[in-house]
Amino acid sequence: MTLPLYDNGVASGLLSGLLFGYALENAGFASPRKLTAQFRFTDWSVFKVMFTAIIVAAIGLYAAMAFGWMPAKSVYVPTTFFWATLTGGALVGAGMAVGGYCPGTSTVAFATGRLDALFFMIGMVLGTGLFSGLFDSLKGFYLAGEGPQAQTLDGLLGIPTWAVLVILIVVAVLGFALGTRLERASGGALTAEQVNGDDKLEIVEHVEIVDIRAR
Amino acid sequence: MQPTIRPFWPPLIAGIALGLALLLTFLLTGHGLGASGFFTRLTAWFGGEVAGPATHANSYLGPYLKGGAPLATWISWEILGVLIGGLIGALTSGRFKLRLDGATKLSGSGRLALALGGGVLTGFGARLARGCTSGIGLSGGAPLAVAAFLFLIGFFIAGVAVSVLLRRAWV
Repeated sequence: MTLPLYDNGVASGLLSGLLFGYALENAGFASPRKLTAQFRFTDWSVFKVMFTAIIVAAIGLYAAMAFGWMPAKSVYVPTTFFWATLTGGALVGAGMAVGGYCPGTSTVAFATGRLDALFFMIGMVLGTGLFSGLFDSLKGFYLAGEGPQAQTLDGLLGIPTWAVLVILIVVAVLGFALGTRLERASGGALTAEQVNGDDKLEIVEHVEIVDIRAR
Repeated sequence: MQPTIRPFWPPLIAGIALGLALLLTFLLTGHGLGASGFFTRLTAWFGGEVAGPATHANSYLGPYLKGGAPLATWISWEILGVLIGGLIGALTSGRFKLRLDGATKLSGSGRLALALGGGVLTGFGARLARGCTSGIGLSGGAPLAVAAFLFLIGFFIAGVAVSVLLRRAWV
């Protein structure tokens, strides 16, 4: 048996998505308060979880190739288009700071009963439509600064893959330490109780909120 | 009676679980997880339904309609899985609740306006970047793509900057 299986069927999609959604929900990433707190440096879960996930999957892929279970260059690696990649990333970051989510987390949030996430998703369809409408005039920018096909960090830096993994682990350890210090200074990372229990955000209580605000 | 709300997983555990889910996806399919790709196809489908000729003629969305069924693809099943996985996570932990979450300091309509506006920025940005936090950030990061780290640098810098501007809306 050679890996990857290149199975893009229904079961593969459902299984991958189910594990993805379950992990995101348990990480607390259905909460827009928790997600946006990363940008205020009071909750470092986004950095911690994402960086850990990237390192775990990166080590797994590296090992699978090193042990010969998977041929080199057998998985999809996106190509850099400098300006579009950087600006697009910035817009997705701005979108999270404004609306509280990214595409995947808004989907999970909607599944946990958050109706604002539905509006975020409607917004994404509008934004995609806007981009498509402007695509012909954006094309120059969209294609500018194209890097080497499927370039990886080891290729860019000219060092072995294991060395990149070591650097990422060092960055993660430092980030965990710094993040935990800053979380403590602001009263700790947001807990499930804090984002689910004591909030006055239930729609049934909405009248009450308006009352308090009017006073 | 309110069910007991179970705590979130510690970030290290959640990160390992997410990383293993991502690794499994790579081994199964040859590519990573995604999300914005589904919304692109949803936009193409919706455009095809309400403005068929214009969407077919559009240079970005048109190709998605060529096969006839833009949603009949792996990522639609993956997104359905994400919804089910999120629902199971919330229901088994007392964290499911119908509510309007969002910018904590705003009223209902303000929250919905910010959610919608943030979605527009995200939808536009994800198309420009050729993917989102999952599709480029996580799934590009695992095979150590330069694009993933460039994306994440832009994501964090802009996120922090815009958060400063929105301090009066979010806690």
